[in-house]
Amino acid sequence: MSITRDEVAHLARLSRLALRDEELDHLAPQLDQIISAVAQVQEVAAEGIPPTTHATGLANVYRDDEPAPCLTPEQALSGAPAVELQRFKVPRILVEE
Amino acid sequence: MDELITMTAAELSAAMAAGEVSAAEVTAAHLDRIAAVDDRVRAFLHVAGDGALAQARDIDRRRAAGEPLGPLAGVPVAVKDLFATVGMPTTCGSRILEGWHPPYESTITTRLRDAGAVLIGKTNMDEFAMGSSTENSGFWTSHNPWDLAKVPGGSSGGSAAAVAACEAPLALGTDTGGSIRQPAAVCGIVGTKPTYGGSSRYGVVAFASSLDTPGPFGRTVLDAALLHEAMSGHDPMDSTSIDAPVPSVVEAARHGDVAGMRVGVVTEFSGDGYQPGVMARFTEAVELLESLGAKVTEISCPHFTYALPAYYLIAPSEVSSNLARFDGMRYGLRAGAGSAEEVMAVTRAAGFGAEVKRRIMLGTYALSSGYYDAYYGKAQQVRTLIIRDFEAAFGQVDVLVSPVTPTTAFPIGERADDPMAMYLADLCTIPTDLAGNAAISVPCGLADEDGLPAGLQVMAPPLADDRLYRVAAAVEAALVDRWGHPLLAEAKGLV
Amino acid sequence: MTVTTTVTYESALQRYEPVFGLETHVELGTRTKMFCGCITTFGAEPNTQTCPVCLGLPGSLPVANRVAIEYTIKIGLALNCSIASWCRFARKNYFYPDMPKNFQISQYDEPLCTDGYLDVLVGGKTVRVGIERVHLEEDTGKSLHVGGATGRIQGAEYSLVDYNRAGIPLVEIVTKPVPGTGYLAPEVAKAYVTELRDVLRTLGVSDVRMEEGSLRCDVNTSLSVRGSGAWGTRTETKNVNSLRSVERAVRSEIERQAGVLDAGGRVIQETRHFHEDSGVTTSGRSKEEAQDYRYFPEPDLVPVAPSSDWVEALRVSLPELPSARRARLVESWSLSELEFEALRNAGALEVVEQTVACGASPADARKWWLGELARRANDSGLEVSELPITPAQVARVAALVESGALNDRLARQVIDGVLEGEGTPDEVVAARGLAVVSDDSALLAAIDDAIAANPDVADKVRTGKTAAAGVLVGAVMKATGGKAAAARVKDLILERLS
Repeated sequence: MSITRDEVAHLARLSRLALRDEELDHLAPQLDQIISAVAQVQEVAAEGIPPTTHATGLANVYRDDEPAPCLTPEQALSGAPAVELQRFKVPRILVEE
Repeated sequence: MDELITMTAAELSAAMAAGEVSAAEVTAAHLDRIAAVDDRVRAFLHVAGDGALAQARDIDRRRAAGEPLGPLAGVPVAVKDLFATVGMPTTCGSRILEGWHPPYESTITTRLRDAGAVLIGKTNMDEFAMGSSTENSGFWTSHNPWDLAKVPGGSSGGSAAAVAACEAPLALGTDTGGSIRQPAAVCGIVGTKPTYGGSSRYGVVAFASSLDTPGPFGRTVLDAALLHEAMSGHDPMDSTSIDAPVPSVVEAARHGDVAGMRVGVVTEFSGDGYQPGVMARFTEAVELLESLGAKVTEISCPHFTYALPAYYLIAPSEVSSNLARFDGMRYGLRAGAGSAEEVMAVTRAAGFGAEVKRRIMLGTYALSSGYYDAYYGKAQQVRTLIIRDFEAAFGQVDVLVSPVTPTTAFPIGERADDPMAMYLADLCTIPTDLAGNAAISVPCGLADEDGLPAGLQVMAPPLADDRLYRVAAAVEAALVDRWGHPLLAEAKGLV
Repeated sequence: MTVTTTVTYESALQRYEPVFGLETHVELGTRTKMFCGCITTFGAEPNTQTCPVCLGLPGSLPVANRVAIEYTIKIGLALNCSIASWCRFARKNYFYPDMPKNFQISQYDEPLCTDGYLDVLVGGKTVRVGIERVHLEEDTGKSLHVGGATGRIQGAEYSLVDYNRAGIPLVEIVTKPVPGTGYLAPEVAKAYVTELRDVLRTLGVSDVRMEEGSLRCDVNTSLSVRGSGAWGTRTETKNVNSLRSVERAVRSEIERQAGVLDAGGRVIQETRHFHEDSGVTTSGRSKEEAQDYRYFPEPDLVPVAPSSDWVEALRVSLPELPSARRARLVESWSLSELEFEALRNAGALEVVEQTVACGASPADARKWWLGELARRANDSGLEVSELPITPAQVARVAALVESGALNDRLARQVIDGVLEGEGTPDEVVAARGLAVVSDDSALLAAIDDAIAANPDVADKVRTGKTAAAGVLVGAVMKATGGKAAAARVKDLILERLS
């Protein structure tokens, strides 16, 4: 077994997914199966092979420090579930960052 | 069927330019078609209706005023619901964005509007582009016009189905692991994954940022090329966008020719798991290439066998981060009560489907401290090896070929809750995405077992997109000649 | 609940060796944000300076601000760092409402600048503070917490988020641990931040105002038992919003940690919050269970690979840095290190230098800026450089005193007048009639009055007790409203009574 149900529950918490028990029962074995399958990459001998994060080989792409038009506050807030004082109203935050 | 809906984009464009038909008539005909068949195909999440007619009338007005108009002016284009559009909702096939109206527009749809295309509606897709059948859509599954009990492929299944059902001559999709090519193959149409960075991702909701490539669908190679050219090109709003001229794909599509071209058949893309009817049509396509003057050899790309696991580490890792922003705080669904942390978790659980949840957790796992090197890190090394396999291969041949996907369209429901089985649909398409190369799917016939379409995949090095169209056009011309009609004429699923 | 003993600073230093480090965040003064073209002006109405990119809307993509990269390289060069020839941005993943994407684009194991140092002067001695890294990242939005008693998160019912500041370019400068400063640790920490602020201001990359948050410090402190050779456990202190707080926070942590250790306890690795009013730190988030940020290279941005030509051009363009300027001024003004420190601490270096450039002597310039003007600035809560008087004007006042046209007392009144907005020094002199009375006949009249009013004092002077003349001088000064040149008055008195 690559990953236990408890470990999957932990991943769900880290990912901010409030899974129901039935969901966890259903998803955990599937995740276990998938992780076993993708672990196949470890079979590949890759000593000294550099990882590729960007396929294009581009570097040094910048923009000038010139202002561009902003959204209006109405546009910025247009999808917001709750607004107060022209700000996004969010529920109380428990843990300070 | 109304002739207007079976005409190609190229033919419609010529007819409108010649004054034989108006853009309004063209759009109206397609809206009628959508009304007639989409209750069964279910390709569209949103139809632009009056908005589309208004766009079309505007084109007619400009044409009448003598304005010079490009080849896409007045041509209806269906847009995968992953592209941010003003005036039409953008859901990404997810309940978490149900009803979201972005306050901005993607670069590609802006360019198409500027070119005069009529954006006729937003098409269904697997949620956040994760899937190969549209069964992962949070709304409903789309149906394959060839056989309504079969999937249209995915994740751009709605776009492929819309074009195959003649609801629009052209459609936009995105390809991350095969999400344009596989639906094109199983729906019997043409679909291209351009070189990564060749088409702008600005305004295209991110799935796997280093792999996502917006691209075209059409019923013919030339049509796909017309859309490919109009949508491509450097965008300063996208740092990963290539600053180079767009390959002359339309030119290439008009001059299909494989004489003297070196073609490599990828050894690794055959064997168990490949439907015999699919392999038969592929083999015939390769023989056809030879008869047209190509020099065919077999090429082994040994690391391609590891492409699937590498992809299913890289893509989920990137998407676990890309989808973190959907938390009910700023837009979209907000569910649950209590603290911000609780609301975020309940919202995401309610708004995301099972496949999205699986991949988010997989990605979180692969990036975790202690696991990063063995999973994500290793996958990126495998990616380098795959790139090197391609480079070695393209040192010997001009293009590589393979089947697009191991089977024809599978039945709706067959793989819906079997993720591993679903992932196998991407076997042949994934390596190109990992390398950032270009590839096309062109119809090469119907499988004997089920009479459903199969596609020939042609792969080219980065920035050699035109080479794809040169080969695909040659194949298309020869096959249509042999059949006496385009492949789609044989589709019996719809009237 | 940790048991502690109350410990004095001095006794703590006998048993423990403090080690500190600083993480400083600097808001760059670019016109636009780090990854989009939104303007960065401070104090705008909420959510009026956002766009799809800094709001993190689905489909948006970042594009790096070239000037922000340049500023960061300049900071690295000024801090004697190596500049990376190739590096990437990375995503730091965590969920928090003030971060629109729920990840921050930052740098992880490939910072743009590494391994430098900054020399600071404390008590006349140079301390070299090692710089571990300098990297670039984006700032978050700002939240108002509503419903709690203090406006802080604890007890709030909900929060209101403004994303105007989301995406502002932020440079993070991390020192290496600084051991070996002994009882001077708090001063060295403060001197480092002061010097760093001067460097940044000189480079012109930020307005570095701690009170506005464009310069933020987190202070790390640990104690090592003297002679043990082992490093202690480190705490991180946040909410350190002024230079004075830097000093107080280090001192307070040293005392607190010593108390914990003396009582046989263990210092917990945690984040603490500094309180301005009480000068102590309280416990915040525990760092025992460290957050896993799941860093990976940012796929939406391509690598940053500054060419050696570009770096060299930036190096050549650097202005004279504070340390070089210090050496130059100490030499040309013949100052001691301590005298220089006084100038630097008062934030008066620029203005003094400019005053000297306008013709004043270094001594005079220092006298006025460190004396009267520093006092006035302090009273108004301003920096000396913000007073409504120019170095040129100060030089003029000094020149007037030099020539005898003004004495010190009158000069102070002239300065008052300029600060009140009454005009240039000469205009104030004329308007208020502040010229020194140099006409002997006017003085003689006053002198005679003073002599007449103080006959016994006059007698003393006649008998040779010249010191007693001081009383008469005072009387004349009073009678003339302070406008007489005291020295001249004295000479005339002595002449009169000889």
